[in-house]
Amino acid sequence: MLRDLGTSPRVLDVTDLVTQFRTPEGIVHAVNGVSLHLDQGETLGIVGESGCGKSVTVLSLLRLIPSPPGEIVRGQADFLGVDLLQMSQDEIRRVRGAQIGMVFQDPMTSFNPVLTMGKQLTEPLEIHLGMTKSQANERAAELLEMVGIPNAADRLKDYPHQFSGGMRQRVMIAMGLSCTPQILIADEPTTALDVTIQAQIIELVKRLRDEIGMAIIWITHDLGIIAGLADRVMVMYGGYIIEHAPVKELYANPLHPYTIGLLGSLPRLDQQRERLTSIEGMPPILMEEPKYCPFAVRCSFVQDRCRRENPLLMSVAPQHEIACWVDVRTGRLRA
Amino acid sequence: MTDTARAIDSPTATAANGKVLLKVEGLVKHFPIMRGVIQRTVGAVRAVDGVSFEVVTGETFGLVGESGCGKSTTGRTILQLYRPTAGHVWFDGLDLTRLKGNELRLMRRHMQMIFQDPYASLNPRMTINDIVGEPLLVHGIIPRSEIPDRVRELLRLVGLNPSLANRYPHEFSGGQRQRIGVARAVALQPRLIICDEPISALDVSIQAQVVNLLEDLQDRFNLTYVFIAHDLSMVRHISDRVAVMYLGILVELADRDDLYLHPLHPYTQALLSAVPVADPLVEEKRRRVILEGDVPSPINPPSGCRFRTRCPIAQEYCAQEVPAWRELRPGHWVACHYAEGGGIM
Repeated sequence: MLRDLGTSPRVLDVTDLVTQFRTPEGIVHAVNGVSLHLDQGETLGIVGESGCGKSVTVLSLLRLIPSPPGEIVRGQADFLGVDLLQMSQDEIRRVRGAQIGMVFQDPMTSFNPVLTMGKQLTEPLEIHLGMTKSQANERAAELLEMVGIPNAADRLKDYPHQFSGGMRQRVMIAMGLSCTPQILIADEPTTALDVTIQAQIIELVKRLRDEIGMAIIWITHDLGIIAGLADRVMVMYGGYIIEHAPVKELYANPLHPYTIGLLGSLPRLDQQRERLTSIEGMPPILMEEPKYCPFAVRCSFVQDRCRRENPLLMSVAPQHEIACWVDVRTGRLRA
Repeated sequence: MTDTARAIDSPTATAANGKVLLKVEGLVKHFPIMRGVIQRTVGAVRAVDGVSFEVVTGETFGLVGESGCGKSTTGRTILQLYRPTAGHVWFDGLDLTRLKGNELRLMRRHMQMIFQDPYASLNPRMTINDIVGEPLLVHGIIPRSEIPDRVRELLRLVGLNPSLANRYPHEFSGGQRQRIGVARAVALQPRLIICDEPISALDVSIQAQVVNLLEDLQDRFNLTYVFIAHDLSMVRHISDRVAVMYLGILVELADRDDLYLHPLHPYTQALLSAVPVADPLVEEKRRRVILEGDVPSPINPPSGCRFRTRCPIAQEYCAQEVPAWRELRPGHWVACHYAEGGGIM
């Protein structure tokens, strides 16, 4: 594991998480031994394309994987000294939404359409913090104000459909932060939003992070958002973490062929590229246990060893880990 | 004078050089809102409200804007998939808005569309063979017996294995489906293709594949594209000229580099500043203009300048007078009273 030089206390330490789904077609190997850690106040970005396992990773930590068909096969998730994966349903329920806040992608479907926003905002406050109705109402109005919703007290009586997409995502963030969590898990929270609204939401999250000091796990497919938001980045592919580095190091010096390909396939707003370097082929279907590197079939640096053995995440530079046999600077196997 | 009438009267942004293939003039598309048992018209969604531009043969014309700005409606109205409420669409000198029935069908050979959603735009009950061969069959430009060969050739052209021609859409990934959509669109060797968000449903690594394919086909067949998208980075990459839409109208139009390096309209400036750049060093130094609030409803757009409700430099005058669509620099058109002031950057 990478260790930061910083002295912030660790809030989350995940080791060897494996999550699978049993389907009629076979077992889907969604997460294949993911380890990660999170320190107080830092922002960890998890980047990857659809089906890479980034959402399943955090849903597993929150124990929100539907079972069956899903199953957390093994792993530990040490949250302030307690293993999230060993908790009873009652215990994890007390953590979710309280010490670990959540914001999901789709602000249209994540709310209950027949309950007022006020009801949905005050419920966690009453349950987790034992507030009375009037205390909770007062706090809910404060929260809406904090995320920049005008006439906050009046808007508590409104239903979700009376809010725009951007406003709903603000309420969602207010809800995720309502019990001042240690960790905020944000799963593609701006993907459904327009770019000007996305900018509003990201500014808001940055401001609240500085005010409240929670740690954030931000999941996205957008390497642009991560560049301006995260302290450290993990790139996932085929259920594995394939690269892990501090944000500046990752963009300046990407070492895994997939990360290099991903950055090369992005058009840039601030410069003109003659041609995008696409990654040929398709992301893997996770129906088989990978016996070799999951990226080998698409990789332009591929060697014989890549087709025989699956590389583990290993340290190749200070604070920089990759899961790859090849040194992309020489094109040969790593010594 | 109503806003709409004024917009129609405004000049068409002309392209500097090259042969004009498509000329859109004062294009308006309103969708009526009906209420009650007798379906009385009580208002209209003013999706496109006076849009004018020209597209030159062989160029890629980018049309960007946020959801609901009318960019897709513009694309569909150009192809007469929606009939315009007002305005003209000249294709190679012919006014499409006056064509009907068979005349229009004959013109459709030359204008095709690639749709956003590769999952919804292919008929699940048809094989790839039938999907790609259908336009050839309908327009009857080659004998029926030659269609299978041509389909195989088209599949090879877009990078699909021709032996998969007898499979159904659900057996393909999103990127492959979009290739099928591209094969179908180029089957008739059209001159103009409207690409309506062709890559936004695809994964990042697959987006580049499809964009490269579109660029290769353009070089090979001298295709003209209208590329509609909300991804400003991708539009910069693929377009020669770019127009920015807001609430049914164009607010700015310029050559690609001119628009991205020297945007004149406050909305364009804010939009560009909101797009994240995949480089932490650049992100650290960037100044971001955060627009307040949401886009107003196109049923009842603001008076005067439509952007004034969110514009950081709006004055009282902006509420009274619709800004003229004017060519501030050669080839650089903008609709803002205060565009000379440098805007908000």
